[in-house]
Amino acid sequence: MIQAIAFYLFAFLVIASAVLTIMSRNPVHSVLWLILAFFNAAGLMVLLGAEFIAMLLVVVYVGAVAVLFLFVVMMLDVDMAEMRAGFIKNFPLGIAIALVLLAELVLGIGALNAGALELGTASGENAPSMANSNIENVGALLYSKYIFVFEVAGLILLVAMIGAIVLTHRDLKTTRGHQNITKQVRRNPKEATQMKQPTVGEGVEL
Amino acid sequence: MDYANSFGHIVPELVLTGAALALLLVSAFAGDKASRLVSILAAVALGGAGAFAASTLAEGSSGAAAVAFGGLLSADAFAGFAKLLMYIAAIGCLMIAPGFFDHRKAMKPEYPVLVLFATVGMSIMVSATDLITLYIGLELNSLAAYVLASFLRNDSRSAEAGLKYFVLGALASGILLYGMSLTYGFTGTTSFDGIRIAQETGLSTGALFGLIFVLAGLAFKISAVPFHMWTPDVYEGAPTPVTTFFATAPKVAAIVLTARVALDAFGSQPDAWRQVVIFAALASIVVGALGAIGQNNLKRLLAYSSINNVGFILVGLAAASAEGASAMLFYLAIYVVMSLGSFAAVLMLRNGDGDNLETFEDIAGLSSTRPGIAWCLAALMFSLAGIPPLMGFFAKLAVFWAVVNAGLIPLAVIGMAASVIGAFYYLKFVKVMFFDEPVGRATKAGSAAQWAILVVCTVLISPLGWFLTGALETMTNTAAAGLFAGV
Repeated sequence: MIQAIAFYLFAFLVIASAVLTIMSRNPVHSVLWLILAFFNAAGLMVLLGAEFIAMLLVVVYVGAVAVLFLFVVMMLDVDMAEMRAGFIKNFPLGIAIALVLLAELVLGIGALNAGALELGTASGENAPSMANSNIENVGALLYSKYIFVFEVAGLILLVAMIGAIVLTHRDLKTTRGHQNITKQVRRNPKEATQMKQPTVGEGVEL
Repeated sequence: MDYANSFGHIVPELVLTGAALALLLVSAFAGDKASRLVSILAAVALGGAGAFAASTLAEGSSGAAAVAFGGLLSADAFAGFAKLLMYIAAIGCLMIAPGFFDHRKAMKPEYPVLVLFATVGMSIMVSATDLITLYIGLELNSLAAYVLASFLRNDSRSAEAGLKYFVLGALASGILLYGMSLTYGFTGTTSFDGIRIAQETGLSTGALFGLIFVLAGLAFKISAVPFHMWTPDVYEGAPTPVTTFFATAPKVAAIVLTARVALDAFGSQPDAWRQVVIFAALASIVVGALGAIGQNNLKRLLAYSSINNVGFILVGLAAASAEGASAMLFYLAIYVVMSLGSFAAVLMLRNGDGDNLETFEDIAGLSSTRPGIAWCLAALMFSLAGIPPLMGFFAKLAVFWAVVNAGLIPLAVIGMAASVIGAFYYLKFVKVMFFDEPVGRATKAGSAAQWAILVVCTVLISPLGWFLTGALETMTNTAAAGLFAGV
């Protein structure tokens, strides 16, 4: 009973916040609704017993991707009203895509009701271990069998960081527009100005 | 898993990683002043790692004794030979760099650090006996290479080269990953041994698709035709020391990796990949030779030359035998020396202001103004063209001998005929340098390190280098035996 309540709650909130993501006028609100959708999708994953994917969803999508979206949306200053201008013109196309998706859903549910696919069961050393949770199993593999590649993946991230800094970092002194206060204070009228007596009809040569 | 044993097998990688991290700290605190010190220390670290790699080669280790981390990688003699070659090439690229970057006030300590990280990636590539290790090593190397290509960030050509390399490299990585996932899906394992055993009974269509995609991704990394388009642009745009690096060490790593994938992972189905390799080899030889003819920029021309040479190296792989693998490594070693020497010579062509000269007009009549460089370059070009008694001839002889012994006589005949086309533009170098009216633009002398590299490379490919072929052949035979013992 409690599972059913939790499922319908999460599922309703996912759909509702997804609808609000595309309906809201303010793009910042859209991203916030998207974050809510991710959270509820994570809840659905927990109900399925896939707690590792649930955590990834929160950590990666909410923690990193959605916040990045938020930054981009805030910085780009997108004019949503302009983007919605073609709504009426594109309406038939939108309806067509929606119909295709609906047909796929009906087909999928029909196939599911017809009986499960015979995918076979994993056996031997590749069989899933039911004794431990997903997180323990993933962690045990990552930090024992695949420790070497895991560490090298860390090196790759370090190289990416070094690369970004090498290609973009500029010394403060060479940056364009840097204010050298000493130089400004030491300027005097003799160096800063020139007296010219241009003859009529000729330009000034500096 | 025996961790102590595993860590014993990756000592070269550990040395290089430790050195790179320590030198990164030095460069963060000491700034650009420390560039020279960091370069020297990086070269020392490469030398130390090379000593460990040489010991695995000397032991001739192979098979189960060399496996580390439960089959993720193998420190066998095959990898040992490749590592030794790559570390020497990387040291050469560190030595010739300051003379180029100092003039542009762009010498930064991050250059040697990134070269070290790229070399760690290459070490992992050549040792990889698992698809996951293969990909991780390849990405570590590629990522460092993208940054190195756009190292002169104020130069628009360098930035363009970096961007182009990055976008096309990402595409190639995607193709490679797609092939790897198909291979995994149809064989049920990512380890090379497992893939080979799974395919002993036959090759399914899905696994064949996987093989083709993996080979396509790797062909991009070795710049074999038809995945060579990026090479001339990137080689021309990247700073010349970086181009030297691209043409030597990463090429060794990618070719050795391709050989391991073909001979180890797909070793039970040689007929499936052999036709692909034969096509890539012949196409590379012909396109590399014809494409170079119209070029006026020396770096573009050397890029086509490297495409051409990759073709000859793949001829050795097509033999699919221990002899072919040995001939391939023999060719690779001589190719690295020839590339290093010719790029060092191009680096030394500088006008009075110290700017680098890169076109044929600039080197007209070089023999009367700079006879030292002209004679060395002439020897290197004759060697690249495969004219006896220079070493380039013996390299070509070795690969063609191997394919003839493997029964692929048509391949050898077409390859030899195409190598004559290639001789045209190598001889054009000699014609322009010795018989054209001198322009006397190249007036500024190169650095002592550049001279040293040029002279050593020229001596090694000269008939004097013939005395070393016995030792080199023993090494390549041990290395090839190390690969085939595990198969």
